[in-house]
Amino acid sequence: MSLRTFKENLFSKGALRGIAAIVIFVIIWEVGARSEQIFGFRVPFLGLVPPPSSVFVSWGGLIGEPSYWQSWYMSFVRVFTGFIAAVLIGIPLGLFMAVNKTFYGMAFPSFEVLRPIPPLAWVPASIIFWPTQEMSIAFVTFLGAFYTIVINVLGGAKSINKQFLQAAQSMGASQWDIFRRIIFPATLPSIVVGSAVGMGITWEVVVAAEMISGGGSSGGGAGGGLGFFIWASYVGGSYEQIIVGMISIGIAGYFSSELLRQLGGYLTPWLKTR
Amino acid sequence: MSQAEATDLGLKIGQAEVTGMGLTMYRMSSWLKSPRPYLMVIGFAFLLATWYFTVEVWKLPRFQDMPGITEVFSEWFSKDPYYGLSIYTPEYYKHILISLRRIAYAFFLATILGVPLGLFLGWSKTLREYIFPLFEVFRPIPVLAWVPLAIIIFSGSETPVIFLTFLASFFATTLNTMLGVESIDESYSRAAYCLGASRWQTFKHVVVPGAMPYIFTGLQISIGVAWFSLVAGEMVSGQYGLGYLINTSYMMIEYPKIIIGMITLGVIGYSTSALVRLAGDYMMQWRVRELALGDN
Amino acid sequence: MNMMGEEMQPEVTKGAIRIEDVVKIYDPDGAAVMAVDHCSIDIPAGEICMIVGPSGCGKTTLLNAIAGFHDVTSGHIYLDDEMLCGPDNRKAEPGSDRIVVFQNGALFPWKTNLENIAFGPMMEGKLSKSEIYDKARSMMADAGLSGTENSYPGEVSSGLRRRVEIVRALMNDPKVLLFDEPYRALDSLTKSVMHEALLEIYYKNKVTIFFITHDLEEAIFLGHRLIIMSSRPCKPKKIVDVDIPHPRDYSVLTSPRFREIMNEAKGVVHEEAKKAFDAGEKEG
Repeated sequence: MSLRTFKENLFSKGALRGIAAIVIFVIIWEVGARSEQIFGFRVPFLGLVPPPSSVFVSWGGLIGEPSYWQSWYMSFVRVFTGFIAAVLIGIPLGLFMAVNKTFYGMAFPSFEVLRPIPPLAWVPASIIFWPTQEMSIAFVTFLGAFYTIVINVLGGAKSINKQFLQAAQSMGASQWDIFRRIIFPATLPSIVVGSAVGMGITWEVVVAAEMISGGGSSGGGAGGGLGFFIWASYVGGSYEQIIVGMISIGIAGYFSSELLRQLGGYLTPWLKTR
Repeated sequence: MSQAEATDLGLKIGQAEVTGMGLTMYRMSSWLKSPRPYLMVIGFAFLLATWYFTVEVWKLPRFQDMPGITEVFSEWFSKDPYYGLSIYTPEYYKHILISLRRIAYAFFLATILGVPLGLFLGWSKTLREYIFPLFEVFRPIPVLAWVPLAIIIFSGSETPVIFLTFLASFFATTLNTMLGVESIDESYSRAAYCLGASRWQTFKHVVVPGAMPYIFTGLQISIGVAWFSLVAGEMVSGQYGLGYLINTSYMMIEYPKIIIGMITLGVIGYSTSALVRLAGDYMMQWRVRELALGDN
Repeated sequence: MNMMGEEMQPEVTKGAIRIEDVVKIYDPDGAAVMAVDHCSIDIPAGEICMIVGPSGCGKTTLLNAIAGFHDVTSGHIYLDDEMLCGPDNRKAEPGSDRIVVFQNGALFPWKTNLENIAFGPMMEGKLSKSEIYDKARSMMADAGLSGTENSYPGEVSSGLRRRVEIVRALMNDPKVLLFDEPYRALDSLTKSVMHEALLEIYYKNKVTIFFITHDLEEAIFLGHRLIIMSSRPCKPKKIVDVDIPHPRDYSVLTSPRFREIMNEAKGVVHEEAKKAFDAGEKEG
């Protein structure tokens, strides 16, 4: 059954159109990038980009290299350090702001004042403050996800149907019960959404932080993560590797978000519609 | 009954027309009577006091390297700034203006390309089936990963930064506009067809205004990510601009300027997004009036 | 079919709907679902025909086929002598001769009530803007909607919105009005007011009305005739003539004849509702 629907989906008109568009795009890219050899002149913009075929070849060469995988590993560690810190601090903070009016009144305006400052503007201040470069990258990454998670948790907890709370009270639930059994689960969908968005921002921030700070000085080039991998490829003039790096980050980001979505689906089974 | 209902309605409309001044005044006074403004002041005071005491009074480890609040503000408002940057130096405004100009180009371009594209993607299923997968392939790549490629493709230091900023805005705008069109209740377009509207008329009178709330949500996000990318772009490459200011101040060890740059970014970023919100309210009077009634 | 009573003015000659042997099969993913099964209904011009059946029985499918929102699998639908859909064109073209009043209301929230009412003629573009607006204003005044011209639909009560929507439909001089449970979301008190208002509008502008509902009281109060549908697949199960003379007002609700018709229809409707409920249980 599932295989059949999968096949049907894959060969449906819609999917074929999408595949066609992607194939056409790759062909245009290839031809555009090789325009100098084919037509004798360089197509603007695309003519300066390496063709997909050589990107692929270069990728094939990198797959056996441990340093390439080391970059993956470094970026993943940074993303998840910052992200988990943001989850651990952001969710309780958001929930506490939602249930305690006084705290909300004091903290929320300050929060809103800090929020418009883009996370990357914190990079230098973060480097000054934290003793190691690794910690400063983690802090900026944390900030990226933190705001989104808090805002989503707060919004979710504040929009809970009041009747749920009244129903629980009329059945004799204590304050703690209400928090644990009503407010927290009712906020879970927002937590999941906020985390998924936060994960996307985290990757943006990590890539930028790795580029700006020169990719973590510790282990030389190899320890720098995917953002640094791209930057180093640019500086070293191997343009194919820039695109390999971009695609790698795209894949890594996609799988992190997918992981989160799966986890979110598992945590909120009641959202599944039949 | 119908008469009574009509009079009742007349009153409501009367109220809605006074809304402008009266409602604002009313809200203002009830806000002042609530504990909220005082809690807000306490919150701000706490934030600033933490900064002051940790850095300048107690000189806690790690904190003592940070620029202190008095140092930052005396520099910022000094007629003769020590590090050469304050509200009295033209240099400060040059950074602001250059960042604003980049944002303006990128945001404008992203809006005039992204909104129509989003509308058509949402409206035509065929077009969506062709274009959207391509879109989805590009979307997971963080905008900042484009930095080196942008530098290679576009010569100079100005265009790459604008391109990055544009790219971030463009994705947000297009995607939200498309979602906006998809979210329109089918009965609206059916009603339009029923009333004799052509496909094009339906697009103009139903699809565009129906998607408007989402479009403006998208623009709000778009201006946010534009600043996000701009700062990164300016830090990596580019000359002048607030991101550049922050980064170079770090390298020159002129730390108070970093904080001045950050606060300025926050203020300007907030103002631009408020501007987008105002434009949205102006274009969606029907929504403003619905919400105003809902509040009472 | 001849039960329209003597108060039916003879001038209503347009707007007869003939549904002949219509079948609609949905085929979402291989599992064919028959929504409408060989359904034939004849509605003379100027009749208020109430289609009664449990929720989700396929009544709306029938309405959508007449309106031209989707195709039929087989069968014919005629409006007067014009074939709306048949073997050559499975899907009717939506047009301003048949206007739908939607379940949740479809006034455009971004247009004022006046702009909403003027929408149809504006799209047609035959009259000038000022002529259209004048006509719209006078029609609003007739329907007791003066003073709400420049409000947005979101600013007025839901009962009022329904009335604006009906006026919007009437602006186009339609032959048929198709109501898709328009009063479903209203409370019963507002509903009874809306029913009287609808009849008032109907007496002024005679059109054929195809009215879907699951509220039996509403159906008997408004209709010349009730067509009780069987649940999934949908086809006429019982036809009840309502021989209470028009014009009617709310006192009809307490008349003995009303009770009698109610008793006659109730059993059939309940049986179908139970069948639909059990079917739903099985699916779930």
